[in-house]
Amino acid sequence: MRILEGDGIIKNFGGLAAITNVNFYINQGEILGLIGPNGAGKTTLFNLMSGSLSLTSGVIRFKGENITGLKPHQICKRGMARTFQLVKLFGNMTVLENILLGSLFGTLTGIRQSNALEESLELLEFVGLSGMDGILAKDLTVANQKRLEVARALATKPELLLLDEFMAGLTPTEVSLAIGLIKKIRDKGITVFMIEHVMKAMMSVSDRIIVLHHGEKIAEGIPEEITTNPKVIEIYLGA
Amino acid sequence: MLEVNKINTFHGKVRALWDISLRIAEKEIVALVGGNGAGKTTMLYTLSGILHPASGTMEFLGKRIDEMSPHQIVKMGICFVQEGGKPFPDMTVFENLEMGAYVYETWKKKKETLDQVYQIFPLLKERAGQLARTLSGGERQMLAMGRGLMSRPRLCMFDEPSYGLAPLLVKIFFVSIKTFQEQGMTILLVEQNVRQALEIADRAYVLENGRVVLEGKSGELLQNDHVKKAYLGL
Amino acid sequence: MKRAISKKILYPVLLSFIFIIMVMMPPYVSPYTIILLNSIFMYIVLTVSWALFSGPTHYLSLASAAFFGIGIYVSAILGDKLPLLVVIGLGGLISFLLALLVGLSSLRLRGMYFTIFTFGLSELIRHSVQWWEVNRTGTVGRWVIAVDHTTVYYVMLAILLITLVVTYIIKHSKYGLALLSIGESEEAADHIGINVNAMKIITFAISTFFMGATGAIMATRWTYIDPSIAFNPLFSFMPVLMAIFGGIGHIFGQILGAGVLTLLADVLLTKFPYYYMLLYGMILVIVVLFLPKGLTGLKEEAKKWLKVD
Repeated sequence: MRILEGDGIIKNFGGLAAITNVNFYINQGEILGLIGPNGAGKTTLFNLMSGSLSLTSGVIRFKGENITGLKPHQICKRGMARTFQLVKLFGNMTVLENILLGSLFGTLTGIRQSNALEESLELLEFVGLSGMDGILAKDLTVANQKRLEVARALATKPELLLLDEFMAGLTPTEVSLAIGLIKKIRDKGITVFMIEHVMKAMMSVSDRIIVLHHGEKIAEGIPEEITTNPKVIEIYLGA
Repeated sequence: MLEVNKINTFHGKVRALWDISLRIAEKEIVALVGGNGAGKTTMLYTLSGILHPASGTMEFLGKRIDEMSPHQIVKMGICFVQEGGKPFPDMTVFENLEMGAYVYETWKKKKETLDQVYQIFPLLKERAGQLARTLSGGERQMLAMGRGLMSRPRLCMFDEPSYGLAPLLVKIFFVSIKTFQEQGMTILLVEQNVRQALEIADRAYVLENGRVVLEGKSGELLQNDHVKKAYLGL
Repeated sequence: MKRAISKKILYPVLLSFIFIIMVMMPPYVSPYTIILLNSIFMYIVLTVSWALFSGPTHYLSLASAAFFGIGIYVSAILGDKLPLLVVIGLGGLISFLLALLVGLSSLRLRGMYFTIFTFGLSELIRHSVQWWEVNRTGTVGRWVIAVDHTTVYYVMLAILLITLVVTYIIKHSKYGLALLSIGESEEAADHIGINVNAMKIITFAISTFFMGATGAIMATRWTYIDPSIAFNPLFSFMPVLMAIFGGIGHIFGQILGAGVLTLLADVLLTKFPYYYMLLYGMILVIVVLFLPKGLTGLKEEAKKWLKVD
């Protein structure tokens, strides 16, 4: 089943064409990578998917339902969650409170406070932040802040998770750990759509990759095809 | 050129740097590597005057800089390109670059420097009239690097320069670093991309928990078991 | 030091005790005390309800005077036609409805722009009512039906109790947490399922209900009102000052700030009638300079001082 479909996506900011006629789809359960030069429109595409930005034209379908024009909180409740390129945590609240909020508000059906607490503590462990529940989010290291953002997103019980440059600023060893986390997420049955520049991560987890350049999709395929594509090498990977 | 002797820096009550000593010779590329929270950014903040060490000394070209304020340090010829860039959002790309040459001496040479910067980062020339706020993450990074270069520094310090940059740009950037070195600039590089940093640097220091745990020629460090396991993911 | 009695039992018992004293008090104290207490109650309600929305979300509203004033005018117009409690309820209700409108229209405004918008709106309402009174009804200045101080006392006490209970419940529920998250990062809050717009508007409206109700009952302290009395911007500024002075983060701080400042104003006014504004202002400045967290920050600061010694 195609869990997410974008048809004829166009986004203009005044005179600037940020996204031009992009068509793509993600199959349920797969990990789709999104790469492209800086300024190609990758985060803009995410913003269109999550409801932060409105489309100029085109249709987005999530689980078969047309979600074009819905607000972020409505899309979240329907099962799509995301992280941000620049981490947006609730800095003056504790790690636990951050996750708890996702659990309390992120689903269509309500949840009892005691269950929410339990789920949040489980997620804390799942992402590797055990024991840090009482620490203020702003006092975490950057790598841990990113993990917290993922935990908070997972608390909303998504079926599709959008990760925006999750690996940025991690050492190669930390990247391996992060890849492990993404695989764990996939094993839980969550589909992943990820923007990434760290090619090592892209290659090892993505099932397919799409490439954006100046707002247009210029390539699509399995990792091996993409990394040998001459155009992609020219504009993005370098020799 | 730069000598740091046993400095200790605190964030409030917490000690972030413990008796750190390091030195950088002229025209060297030195890398500072380590994991998240190791103290690399704190080190750069201390060198650039944003933070002051509680004890220890720092000398640049023979002069003590540990008590100086940031703008005095810039005047001495040290530039600091922060992580993520932090360009002035409501000014254009061109205006941001101009601001980099604010110090009088560099202001006179600003046209020349600007052409050089545009050569390295043609994208900045393309977007010269755009507001910095409208740039993407990686573009802001480039802009900040360009802005730093505009001050024609003797020593340029980069905090995570490859953060969020497309692989092609990372390659271009590291090649440019080599070019800067050839033109007489000294460079201090803080990087999570340990492999790339060690490949380009002459020497490197490995920081862990605010302490220097390893130092040496980067070629040697690349072979070091601990480095391989802890940072290179091998 | 181990507590002999747990907080959960101690605080409600203590509060109930205080409440009972307040209820029994009127026959035993002077009318002056009752009137002073009425003022204190009024400012506590204004401050606590202002802080309900503006505290966690950091959307500083300067429109409190508008809603308070509406309550006053409802009382002035309908006070002699409808029973007292209905008038008070209407004062609250009309404020609530107006607040919904204000909320909807100011949706996209952030930070300083929101604050200026609310202030401008408040002034707009004042001038509009003035215009209406001058040109349409020819009733600039109205008489307000008199209600004796003791009745005002009991009504205010009831409103105060309801305000505190509602505020406490909201603050300690998941909605309180959500309001805090809106103040930290609205975009993130939106993306984890919180309907940020709805929550902002509704919370804002709830806070103004209490302001309107208070206005309706307190109108009786002035026997004569006109737009510049009813919509006096001071009623917008004072709650902000009181909340910051006492400690904006906790209900207790807000109560303390309102209580102390109202009392202080009264004391200064009687003892130093010529210098009262000067002294009042100086005290405010000194406290804000040295105690950025307000009076409730005093405990923390004291601890720091003692450790140094």
